[in-house]
Amino acid sequence: MPTVTDPPPPTYRLTEEQVLLRDAVRTLAEERVVPRAAEIDRTGEFPEDLRKLLAAQDILALPFPEEHGGLGADLLTICLAVEQLSRACATTGLILAVQELASLPLLLAGTDEQNARFAPKLASGEHLIAFALTEAEAGSDVAAIRTTATRDGDDYIINGSKRFISHGSVADLITVFAVTDAGADAETPRRERLSCFIVEVPTPGFAVTRIEHKMGMRGSPTAELAFDGVRVPAANRIGDEGAGFGLAMKTFDRSRPGIAAQAVGIAQGALDVATAYARDRKQFGKRIGDLQMVGAMLADMDAATESARQLLYKACVEIEAGAPDASRWSAMCKLVAGDAAMRVTTDAVQVLGGYGYIDEFPVERMMRDAKLTQLYEGTQQIQRLVVARALLGKDS
Amino acid sequence: MRIVVLVKPVPDPASAGERLGPDGRLDRAAVPAVVNGNDEYVLEAALKLIEAAGEGEITLLSMAPTNAPETLRKALAMGATRAVHVTDPALGGSDHVSTAKVLAAALGTLEYDMVFAGIDSSDGVGGVVPAAIAAHLGLPYLSYAAKIEPDMGNRSVRVRRISATGYDVLEAPLPVVIGGTQALGEPRYPSLKGIMAARNKEIVTKSLADLDVDTSGIGGAAATTAVLDSRLPPARAATEVVRGTPAEGAARIVDFLAERRLI
Repeated sequence: MPTVTDPPPPTYRLTEEQVLLRDAVRTLAEERVVPRAAEIDRTGEFPEDLRKLLAAQDILALPFPEEHGGLGADLLTICLAVEQLSRACATTGLILAVQELASLPLLLAGTDEQNARFAPKLASGEHLIAFALTEAEAGSDVAAIRTTATRDGDDYIINGSKRFISHGSVADLITVFAVTDAGADAETPRRERLSCFIVEVPTPGFAVTRIEHKMGMRGSPTAELAFDGVRVPAANRIGDEGAGFGLAMKTFDRSRPGIAAQAVGIAQGALDVATAYARDRKQFGKRIGDLQMVGAMLADMDAATESARQLLYKACVEIEAGAPDASRWSAMCKLVAGDAAMRVTTDAVQVLGGYGYIDEFPVERMMRDAKLTQLYEGTQQIQRLVVARALLGKDS
Repeated sequence: MRIVVLVKPVPDPASAGERLGPDGRLDRAAVPAVVNGNDEYVLEAALKLIEAAGEGEITLLSMAPTNAPETLRKALAMGATRAVHVTDPALGGSDHVSTAKVLAAALGTLEYDMVFAGIDSSDGVGGVVPAAIAAHLGLPYLSYAAKIEPDMGNRSVRVRRISATGYDVLEAPLPVVIGGTQALGEPRYPSLKGIMAARNKEIVTKSLADLDVDTSGIGGAAATTAVLDSRLPPARAATEVVRGTPAEGAARIVDFLAERRLI
């Protein structure tokens, strides 16, 4: 229980600079991303042009330290950018969100030498990076991964495969989690035997074996990756052997808000379309927005989006301030935002009626995009587990 | 290469919310301000010139209300070096005559090789201020520049102006005033690095007292024009849209005019 003598909890007020950055990304999104969004969804092509635009505008530099050419932005600032991009196109917002997610192990636990080696080209956007943890048989159950990394002299040899890896086919660096032989002790729990590596691709033994055809975020390539005797120098291992699971969990504390930001952006984009439609569309002699059932839906959509947004911003500030319950904040904001995005986009389709179901309007795409925010970066069920555990205290 | 770029904060044309206050003056608080469109084009031209030369400075000069720095930050974020902001309560409601006098006086305090200005602003739409400034300063005025080619070695500049048959080339010795439009090319978005750097760039504020200008003929009190009224155009009567082939369209239009005894 907080007491009178505790310092006040962090709160946020957007700084002038954050407002400028947010508005700059918003302008860019409205002028350059919106016109491409429908085509990206229709063709399912990764938008190289927009990736180059984000790089040229330093948007991909946000998560990286200034000493390596980044902007050293805090979590809230990164999320502001993801939100504005996602409002226009969820696929494009994901470019920044994945660049952040996959770099976090390096930024959190990499040595100065590793950061100096990898961060500059990530910050400039010349290199993309992907996060390879999930496998066909290990999604929510992270510790069940079976990809192995076996020490061989100054290298490790990686064998296995990864599934559902965002940007897996367009990345130059892959952050890979694998089981390392931490001695022959069979008593060591699996989760203490995972390690993290950065694999530079292309490299012998590495292959992209599949690209998924998804319901939504169709411009973001989701790949299956095969590692067949892939050699990686020990100097590319991030953190100690056996530290991989903890590093993944620490990563999620900072990356889940990025997905929450994407969800808030998608919701806002859908709300904007539905509101404009409700103003223009007339039935029964009046704007449909003036019909109470429609007005009520719009009001609930606005409230859901705004409350998800406020929780996200607060969570960013808490996590950035080093809150001991960072995991609770990050899980909660992703849980609320993902559900809000699904609800708001579904209702947006409803407000548009038949027009919401056809691709003449973007809301059907937004609804398909929103669903993924309830599934990846930890399913909503996993987020609930994390929050419940934080409330109840862990079972030892 | 030292270029002064004149910058005016104007109501955002995209917001379509311009309105007059009760005093007949533009209500500048009603709509967020942005950098005047033509000013962005000439600023972009200036940025490209100093990038190509590998050296140079761009000073923004603006006569605007006290909250102008918010708008000037975006122009600074595009890459300008510093800004000079002339502001004074007496300047509210200035007409084009005053504006030109004040800006000319402000230019008198600066050193420059070229002055770039947007041909007109989207709120005033006068198109006369850059020429008037050049006249006050006794400088050549090269208007409607579509391409600007300075020759610093010869202390001269050439400008292309698009004409009906191609383009004309104008040349003048420095310093000059150059007026430009969107023919100069799309302005860049400020990069995020530019936005963060803009925080530390200098904005110098000057009032009328800091300028060598006769204050009796300046400002809202001395305006030579007065806004009497403004109204929205009357709602259009129902229009008929004629579609179909040109022959069908022509037939319908002929009938339409004949019905009204116009032909």
